[in-house]
Parts: sequence; C-alpha cells; structure tokens
Amino acid sequence: MANMAQAIRLALNYSEKNLQLRDVFGQDVGAPLGGVFTATQGLKTSWNTPLDERGIISMAMGIAMAGDRCVAEIQFCDYIFNTIDLLKIAGNTLWCTNGQYKLPMTVMTPVGAGIRGSVYHSHSFDSWASRIQGWKVVMPSTPLDAYGLLLSAIKDPNPVLFLKPKALMRVRGDELIPGEPADEKELKMRIDAPIGDRSKWKADWPQTEEYRVEIGKGKITRQGEQITVVSWGRHLLLANEIADELKADGVSVEVIDLRSIYPYDWGMIKKSVEKTGRVLIVNEDTEVTNFGEHLIYRVVQELFYQLLARPRLIAGKNVPGIGLHPNLEDATVPQKAEIKSAILEIIEEVP
Amino acid sequence: MSYSKTTSSKSNSAKANFAKVVSKKKSLVKMSSKSVKSSKSAKSNTSTQSLGQLPDKTLIQMLDLMIKSRVLEERLIKIYRAGESYFWIGGPGEEAWGVPIGLLANKGQGVKHDFLHLHYRCTPTLIAMGMPMKDSIRLMMNRVTDPSTGGRNFSNHYCIPEMNIAPVTSPIGVQYGIALGTAHAQKRAGAKAISIVTGGDAGTAEGDFASCLIWASRKDNELPMLITVQNNYWGISTSYEGQHGETNIADRARGFNIRSRVVNGNDPVESYLALKEEMDYIRKTGKPSFIEAKVSRLYGHSSASGANLVTSEEDCIKSFSDKLVSKKIITEKEVKAIWSAYEEEALRATEEARGEGAPTSDSIWDHVFADNENSDWRKF
Repeated sequence: MANMAQAIRLALNYSEKNLQLRDVFGQDVGAPLGGVFTATQGLKTSWNTPLDERGIISMAMGIAMAGDRCVAEIQFCDYIFNTIDLLKIAGNTLWCTNGQYKLPMTVMTPVGAGIRGSVYHSHSFDSWASRIQGWKVVMPSTPLDAYGLLLSAIKDPNPVLFLKPKALMRVRGDELIPGEPADEKELKMRIDAPIGDRSKWKADWPQTEEYRVEIGKGKITRQGEQITVVSWGRHLLLANEIADELKADGVSVEVIDLRSIYPYDWGMIKKSVEKTGRVLIVNEDTEVTNFGEHLIYRVVQELFYQLLARPRLIAGKNVPGIGLHPNLEDATVPQKAEIKSAILEIIEEVP
Repeated sequence: MSYSKTTSSKSNSAKANFAKVVSKKKSLVKMSSKSVKSSKSAKSNTSTQSLGQLPDKTLIQMLDLMIKSRVLEERLIKIYRAGESYFWIGGPGEEAWGVPIGLLANKGQGVKHDFLHLHYRCTPTLIAMGMPMKDSIRLMMNRVTDPSTGGRNFSNHYCIPEMNIAPVTSPIGVQYGIALGTAHAQKRAGAKAISIVTGGDAGTAEGDFASCLIWASRKDNELPMLITVQNNYWGISTSYEGQHGETNIADRARGFNIRSRVVNGNDPVESYLALKEEMDYIRKTGKPSFIEAKVSRLYGHSSASGANLVTSEEDCIKSFSDKLVSKKIITEKEVKAIWSAYEEEALRATEEARGEGAPTSDSIWDHVFADNENSDWRKF
C-alpha cells in the first residue's frame, strides 16, 4: 500500500497526465529533493522556487488567472502566515469581480504536530483556513483519500487548500489506489527516488486511475451508537484506535472523518448526532475560535433537544507554540488518553 | 455582464469630436509639413523632432485620451462630493504615463495578449484601451451594472477579463507578485505577450515588489514583464523622502540585472517612446524591463484627504496641451472642444448610471464559489 507521500505523488502524476496540471512548485519541490516529505519526487512539472512564500502564492494566483492549473506548496504551514492577505485575495477574487475571475489553484502544505517539530514545524492551519472565505479546505487522513481529494482539488474551479497531516506522510492505508501495484516494494522501486545521485533517475509511474473524493463529503470510519466523534487528519486515526479499543469494552463509538473543513458534511454529522445524542469534536488546532466550535454551535442550534450530553471540543491548548520537549508537545496537542477519557465522560453524562 | 455590451453608444459624440480634430489636423499637418525640413517627418505626418517623431494623429489622440480620463476622474470626485458615492481614489495627474500604456498594450483575452496588473491610479490606461466612461461611473456609484465588480468595490478597482485587466486590489503591491504568474503562463505559451504591472512608489516598500524583482530575473528563468512604478512622491501623506533612501526606485531593478530607466511621466511623448522601446525589448528577449515614471498627484491620495486640486505640481495635460498648441498641432479652441465634449459625455453617463439598479442584498452569496456552488454553511 502507498503511504500518503506516495499517494500525493501518484495523484500529481495522474493530474499531469490527465488533468492539465501544468506546474507543481514550491521550496525544494523540484529535483533533486522532490519535497521535504518526498511528495513531489519524479514529477515532470515540478520546479523549485525562491524561498519566498508570498512569491509562491502570488505565482499560483497569476498562473490560475491565466487559466492554467497548478499546485503550489508551502513547505510547512507554519510559514504560510505571511501570505494570509494573499490567501484572502485569492479567496475573494471571484466574489470581488462579480464572478469574472476564477482562480483554480491548489495550495498544499503540511500541518500539525507529531514529529517533534518544535515551534515552527508543528502549527495547524485548519481553523485559520476556515476563516478565509472563497477557499475550499480539505485534509485527508488516509493515502487513498489523499489521492482522491487531491484530484478533486486540482479539478475544482476554486482555490483549494490541501492540508497534509505531516505525521501521516509515512503512514500506509489499507486500501489500494486504483492502478497502484499491490506490492509495496515494487511501488517503492518505481516511484521513490534513490538515495544519492538522482540526476539520471526517472520514475516509472504506474497507470493509476481516476478516483475522486468529493469535496464536502465526510466518511464514517467506525459505526457506533453511543457517541459521535468528529475529527480529521492525524487525530482521526487516534479516534479510530480509541473506538476499536472501547468496542472491546462494549462501548459503541461512531467516528466521522470530516475530510473537508469547508464546505463540510453537515448532513453526515446531523444524522449521526441525531442517532447518538452525544458528540465530541477532536482536532489539534488551538482551542479558542477553533473550527470545532462552529460545529458545536451548529449542533446546539439545530439538535439541542436531541442531545443527551453537552457537546465537547478537544483541541490544542491556546498557547503561542508547541514546545519541542515531549512533555511540552504532549501537553499542548490532544493525546489519546485525554480523548478516550472525554468519550467515556460524555457517555456517562446523564441529561 | 459582457464588457462589449456596456459600451455607451452616446460616447460617440466625443469620439466624433476626436475624429473631427484629427481630420482637421491632417490638413493642418499637411500644410505645416511644407515648412518642416525633414522629409521623413513630413511623410509620417510628424511635426517636430522634439515630439519624438510621433505622428500628429498619435499626439492628438494622446491629448484627447488624457483629457477624457481627467474629465472622468473629476466627474468621479463630483459624484463623491454630491454624496452619490462613498469613496473616491484615482489617478488624475498620471495621464501622460497611463495613456501610452493603454495605447501600446496588446489588448485582448488570454495568454496570447498582454496582461495588465494595475493599481488604483490607472483610469488613463483603461480609457486609452477603450473603457467607456460610464463603466467607471457605474463602479463609482456601486451600480449592479458595474462591469468590474457589480457594485462591490471602490472606484478605480477595475476588472476587465476581456482585456486581460486583472482585478485591482486595495492592498498595495500584491499585483507585483501576481503578475509573475501570468508572465510565467505567457512565456510557456510563447506568443510574445507580456505582463505589465504598475504600482505606486510607496507600494515598493512591500515585500511583493522585491518578490517581483527576484522571480522575474532568475537566471535562465527570466519572465516577460514590464515592471513599472508611478512615482508621485507620496504614500498617502508621507513624502518620498520619508520612505526611500534610494535615489531612484529604478536603481533597485539594476541590482537584479533588470534593464531599467527613469522617465518623465508627465511627458506623454517621452513615456510613449520609452514604453514602446521597453515593450519591444521584452517581446524580443523574453526578459523583464523596468520603468520608473515620475508623475504628479493632482487631487491628493483619495477622498479621505479631501480630493482637492493641488496647484503646486505640474499638470501634464496643461503642459502637453500648451506644447501642442504652441507647435500649432492643435488650437486652443479645439482643446476646449475636447474638454466640453467629454464633460458632456461624463454628465450624461452619470445621469444614466444613476438610473440603473443597485445590487440586491440577497446577492451577497453569489460568486463565493465558482458557478454559484453553494457556500452558505446554513445550506450544507
């Protein structure tokens, strides 16, 4: 099975060949490195840019304005903050021009903690992104979804922010991408650049196929009856793990992988919460004005009389950074034990 | 709304006036050319060397468009003062620079034509490219018929895809970066089209200006861009000296091996010739070029600072008009007739725009996403 970095690479290769993707660019995105997480190795259209995030976003906007499809990368989302006004302009261009200038561009950037990345390689951006109108925002938790969401992002006529949970870049899924070789070693041999001299290396791309995950559609990853846990990205996998553990104890947890932050799958959340009466939102962006608060607001507004317990949010602590020492990181971003306890507390709560 | 559909048929009276003046001038030039010793000048209907050997038709056309743009801007200010608009910002005083850009650009849509990434002092360029006065007035008065923004944005925040006019934004300097992308796509298309970017001197303090110089000049990756700065010596209320240590902004481009020059942007002939030379160079080489134009700012920063006429700075229209009159290329009476015709056109356009509809409140969700895909979370 492909890991997420390989899945992204396969999606970009498919898009070069089939979706008129003309440019994949960013810092260290082209040869020889092919991205700090190797997600852009071997691509025909990838190229390196100056170390200039504003230039990268601006370039993407101009390419899109000229009518070409591109994928731009900001190496870590921690460095996207100096482009926020450009992201805002990219998001409002269609609106400000009364529908005249579409900007079909995809920006991908690694997000989140989990690799001991210290203050400036651990930020999240999903809640920030949810406040930049005119963008679609997606975040996969599996390689197959990464492939499917990236194809959808590249095809979409709007700017799409593709958030890559960096701690999952080497995690393999349990579903093959259509056309992907079943043998992991074979895939590695064909599309991973060798260590050392790569000047003569060329990827031997498998013929992957069209597979799209619709933006705005979530996925129920665990069926359950007693509580709904909504998450995305890295913490979705933790939620799955916890659901499996609790199942052994007779606790039934439904887990929703939101996959799209905006637009989001309210229908799926609503149906699930109507069934369980209890909801916990989990993500690692900071907790004040967290996107999960919006979801809770909506749950309270629309499902108040069906709730059996107070909705809860577990998110990153509202501190300026994520410290390098494990004691600091673990105290800042949501941990498995904390999530598990919260689930049990909510289930035990009596109206 | 399609751009072509918005062209006012009533603007034809001013056009007819221009045609009349040019037609009359042809005979005038024919007569005056007898006294011009240079046969080359005579053949090209050119009056003197001092006017860059430009044909009289071009000189008169430039004056005509400069006046048209000025009349329009002054009308916009009047609309603001009459309480029919909320804010004015524009480019009166920068016509001698802006009009030649519009005349020389390869006008059209798509990568085979020039892209223009303008700032909010570029009415002269768009007038020269054929934008009807009424479209600017519609924008000023936030009419639903405003073809640039549908009543959503400030005056002079133009957007005309049919002419590759990228949307003008309020944040200054961002256009320098975005122009890189269109230039990149144009280079790939290989059609000799270029991306033209304008901005003010104060905006060059933004990082995007530096990004533009860096990305446009990378070795073997040079981009076909005309990078320009309209240096009016002001950033809102802060003087040039308060913001710049460099002697000329154009000096900064040289640091990136970008060919650069400074021109008197109050002289339309010098501007025209410089722009033509640099555009030809870019189209031929695929490399960037830089022009800093020294211009005047005749009505202050915006309506926020009063939008009152500044008399201490050179008025490029007066200078050019006096020059053409003194060289007998046009008469004072004819110049006055141009002013009158455009004032009449602007007034009429205002009256017409006033009667057009306003955007409706339920339209706020339109065009958040392409093809009007729902973006309202209440309906997810």
